[in-house]
Amino acid sequence: MTIKSEEVEKIAFLARLRVAEDNRGKLTEDLSQILDFVDQMKAVDTRNVTPLSNPLEMHQILRPDTVTEENQRDRLQAVAPATELGLFLVPKVIE
Amino acid sequence: MSFKSISELLNGLTQKEFSSVELTRDYLKRIQQYNAELNCFITIAEDQAVEAAETADKRRETGAAGLLEGIPVAHKDLFCTEGTLTSCASNMLSNFIPPYESTVTRRFLEAGAVCLGKTNMDEFAMGSSNENSHFGPVRNPWDSTRVPGGSSGGSAAAVAAGLCAAATGTDTGGSIRQPAAFCGITGLKPTYGRISRLGMIAFASSLDQAGPMARSAEDCALLLQVMAGHDPMDSTSAQQAVDQYSHNLGSELKGLTIGLPKEYYNEGLDPTIGQALQEAIKTYESLGATIKEVSLPHTSLSVPAYYVIAPAEASANLARFDGVRYGKRCDSPADLDDLYMRTRAEGFGAEVQRRILIGTYVLSAGYFDAYYRQAQKIRRLIKNDFVEAFGQVDLLLCPTTPDCAFPLGSKSADPVQMYLEDIFTIPTSLAGLPALALPCGQANGLPIGLQLIGNYFQEARLLNAGHQYQQRTDWHLQHPTLG
Repeated sequence: MTIKSEEVEKIAFLARLRVAEDNRGKLTEDLSQILDFVDQMKAVDTRNVTPLSNPLEMHQILRPDTVTEENQRDRLQAVAPATELGLFLVPKVIE
Repeated sequence: MSFKSISELLNGLTQKEFSSVELTRDYLKRIQQYNAELNCFITIAEDQAVEAAETADKRRETGAAGLLEGIPVAHKDLFCTEGTLTSCASNMLSNFIPPYESTVTRRFLEAGAVCLGKTNMDEFAMGSSNENSHFGPVRNPWDSTRVPGGSSGGSAAAVAAGLCAAATGTDTGGSIRQPAAFCGITGLKPTYGRISRLGMIAFASSLDQAGPMARSAEDCALLLQVMAGHDPMDSTSAQQAVDQYSHNLGSELKGLTIGLPKEYYNEGLDPTIGQALQEAIKTYESLGATIKEVSLPHTSLSVPAYYVIAPAEASANLARFDGVRYGKRCDSPADLDDLYMRTRAEGFGAEVQRRILIGTYVLSAGYFDAYYRQAQKIRRLIKNDFVEAFGQVDLLLCPTTPDCAFPLGSKSADPVQMYLEDIFTIPTSLAGLPALALPCGQANGLPIGLQLIGNYFQEARLLNAGHQYQQRTDWHLQHPTLG
């Protein structure tokens, strides 16, 4: 296995995904298979190659720092699972 | 009238042979009749569609008709439509009613198009069979035991079955072209940045691109005219001027050099598809094009590089689904981490979870250089292959897929086997080039797809080459007989 069950658990926490106990074995197998497949890349000598992140090699454009948006808080929060007084509600994070 | 081209429909509307309301009702009736089996639509917007058609008829009456006035279309369910469910075929967004309109769908509204509904897809556009949908798989109208391809499977099947005049799709690694090939329709993935991504739910931001799916290259030209152009709200949308796509459709192909990338014509290709491609090559020769073999040596590395880059970007993009601001939230979370972790486990399907985990892994400390940076370097090598090829030829001609539509369930147990479905479409996506998929034959009653790849922003040339081919052949006019 290219990736171990404990590593899957660790990255699942980083990605904030709960993995059910009984699914961990199958998931580890699937991820190992995918990683083995992409490992073909490692055989290529890319020492002098510059990475390509945007296919058109465009750079981020800038705009003047002025206010362009109106306040739409109520409309945008209408789709939230829980809000109160214009705030998003989450379980208590401070004891 | 369900299988007429957009230009024929526009003509019928102008000549008052039928109204947009009649046309819209006709498609809605077909949707009622066939959607239970095909499952192309997640949402059918019946009342809104009829209302929009009434408005379109009035606008045409007053001489204020837009480019697509009264034409009934369907949108892939990842374009945000204000007030209409936009689920991305995910449980996570199965309650999401967007508070705003995507640029693509807004442009369709402004052009007078009637939206019949939102089409099924692979969840978050991740898949090549449309089997990864929270709303169940779409079935191929040519053979309902087979997949329509993915991820824009609902759009492709709906066009093929005559349930709409045209549809929108999005393509990250082949999600317009592969389903277009499997369903026997014409689909265009434009150059990266040609169409605004505002309001298109993001999968992999350096690859995602919207495009038209329709009955012909001519229809795609009309649709692209409506969709293309810079959008100040999408900083990655191209500033490049938009060509007159429909006006360019009459050009002769004499003097055009078409390259055949030899890596695409290997043993892996189904022999019947190879035969159909040879026929298409002969047609292009008879149209005056010169054929030349070229090489794209890094082709085999494209799928591995893609399955690092796309999941990496997806893991970052899908971090926003946290159960706090929109979408689903799990019941009675114990604490914040429990809220995040259970919401995401319940909200995302298996393939989306696999890709988030792979993406998180390749971006994590210690693995970044070996996976992510290496994949980006290979992306450069793949782009360079195309730059080199376009120094010698004007267009590339190759298959869209290595095989025809496969039976439901036949590849879903093996993720890597499914990934290899996109071997002929992924290289162009990594390079950001435009490509057109169009039908060029049939094998055992299933459509075969031809792919034309163009240089950056040469959609006009691509569409013209597709149109010239479709003037000589009638594969694009074939449609399935529905039960």
